[in-house]
Amino acid sequence: MGEVNLSQVMDRNRSFVDRIIEESGQDIRQCYQCAKCTGGCPGAVHMDYPPNQIIRMLMLGMKEEVLKSKTIWVCMGCNTCTTRCIRDIEVAGVMDILRQKAIKAGYIEHAKGVISFNDSFLWTVRSFGRLFEPGMAIINNVRLGNFMKDMQFGLPLMLKGKASMLPHRLKGRREMANIFKKTVQGGK
Amino acid sequence: MSKYALYPGCSMETGGIEYAISSDAIAEALGIDFLEVPDWNCCGASSAHMTDHLLSLALPARIMALAETLPVTEIVAPCAACHARMAAVEYELGRDNDLKQKVNSLLERPYTGKVKLKYYIDVFSNPDTLSQIEKSVKKPLEGLKVACYYGCLFVKPPKMVNFIDDPENPQSMDNIIRALGAEPIPWPYKTECCGASLGVTDEDLCNKLCNDILRFARDAGADCISAACPLCQANLDMRQVTVEKKYGISYRMPIPFFTQLIGLALGINPNSLGMKKLFVDPARMLKKLGVA
Ligand code: SF4
Ligand code: SF4
Repeated sequence: MGEVNLSQVMDRNRSFVDRIIEESGQDIRQCYQCAKCTGGCPGAVHMDYPPNQIIRMLMLGMKEEVLKSKTIWVCMGCNTCTTRCIRDIEVAGVMDILRQKAIKAGYIEHAKGVISFNDSFLWTVRSFGRLFEPGMAIINNVRLGNFMKDMQFGLPLMLKGKASMLPHRLKGRREMANIFKKTVQGGK
Repeated sequence: MSKYALYPGCSMETGGIEYAISSDAIAEALGIDFLEVPDWNCCGASSAHMTDHLLSLALPARIMALAETLPVTEIVAPCAACHARMAAVEYELGRDNDLKQKVNSLLERPYTGKVKLKYYIDVFSNPDTLSQIEKSVKKPLEGLKVACYYGCLFVKPPKMVNFIDDPENPQSMDNIIRALGAEPIPWPYKTECCGASLGVTDEDLCNKLCNDILRFARDAGADCISAACPLCQANLDMRQVTVEKKYGISYRMPIPFFTQLIGLALGINPNSLGMKKLFVDPARMLKKLGVA
């Protein structure tokens, strides 16, 4: 993490912390640093900062470090932390906001795979109304430049009759397109 | 006769097809009526959730609004991820009227909240249906040791997902398994995350989480792990070969859906329950039960 001058950082990033509190509806200042969230976190072993540290860093206003962290992309949203927090903080909800903020701020060094997957997933939902896995896989692999990715699963799924061959088309396609247009500007 | 709106979700038509087949078969046997939500869309899952807050609510809200056209008071989603997204609609729009209006302005048919979300396992574990199941058992699953795996998103956090059971040591599926004549074993990984959402991004961690679950189930003496979510099931079933290779352990642990186990106990033919769709061959388990 290197050295940080806390009082300077805190002043500079006060508004960031306030926004996180407002948008997540979670008053992270209530945190006791008991680390129960971290104790039960299945992803903690692969994170650069465990969840309780992320909360502490937010309180200290360490915006860049948090948004650039690997942690927020390792978090799989299992909600164990939220369930167990003794101060009733929705830690997983804070992680959600941090991911959205990191994408908006362009801090995606640890997130390329996730973003490409999400975009491909949502592309099929916007186009067909439902997930169409073969379409999603192809787009995702093109984006990542890895054409054989997940082929270990594609063939067995097909052999078991578990792959959809044709996309289903919704009657409410216009409504769906409108939802995407008004939320993520035409989707991605 | 109990009646529910059913939101199958995208994975019930593909990876979780045996969940759909077995659910239909036992619903028919037990006189439960599932009415599919008309023209349903994908709930957006974690992809919408990570991309845009409003989008992540509007997609499941459209589904719940369409369910309001059916003659039901409750809706169920057999997939934990879909369930969690619909739970978010109930939780967030239920306490924020402005947000509800904003979401409704995106929909052709407004969501009112009239149809309530019900936890899928509870369709079968509620006292009435459970005693009906007990009475309808034709082939008790005697001697079968079952590790009940609830996964994370059905149960956590309880205040948001309408979970009526204990999030750390739930009993609803255990009660079903007991009613079938099998033995639900105590084990510590009932609600631990399997990392299915990491499959695409951090395979190493995903493999580790699956391995932990498989190892604890095996060490507790399980003959199979009973699943309640198509994503968890696919992860533990399809990925098992990869995990076995990576960790040099042979589990060969069948991962049936709890609905398939109910069907077996009701005397339904394994082929009509999609048992052949499982990746890890359940032959040994079926032999133990004398049904194959
Ligand atoms: S469990 Fe809650 S109070 Fe404890 S460290 Fe984590 S966020 Fe803070
Ligand atoms: S939601 Fe994320 S941070 Fe919380 S316990 Fe699960 S993986 Fe860890």
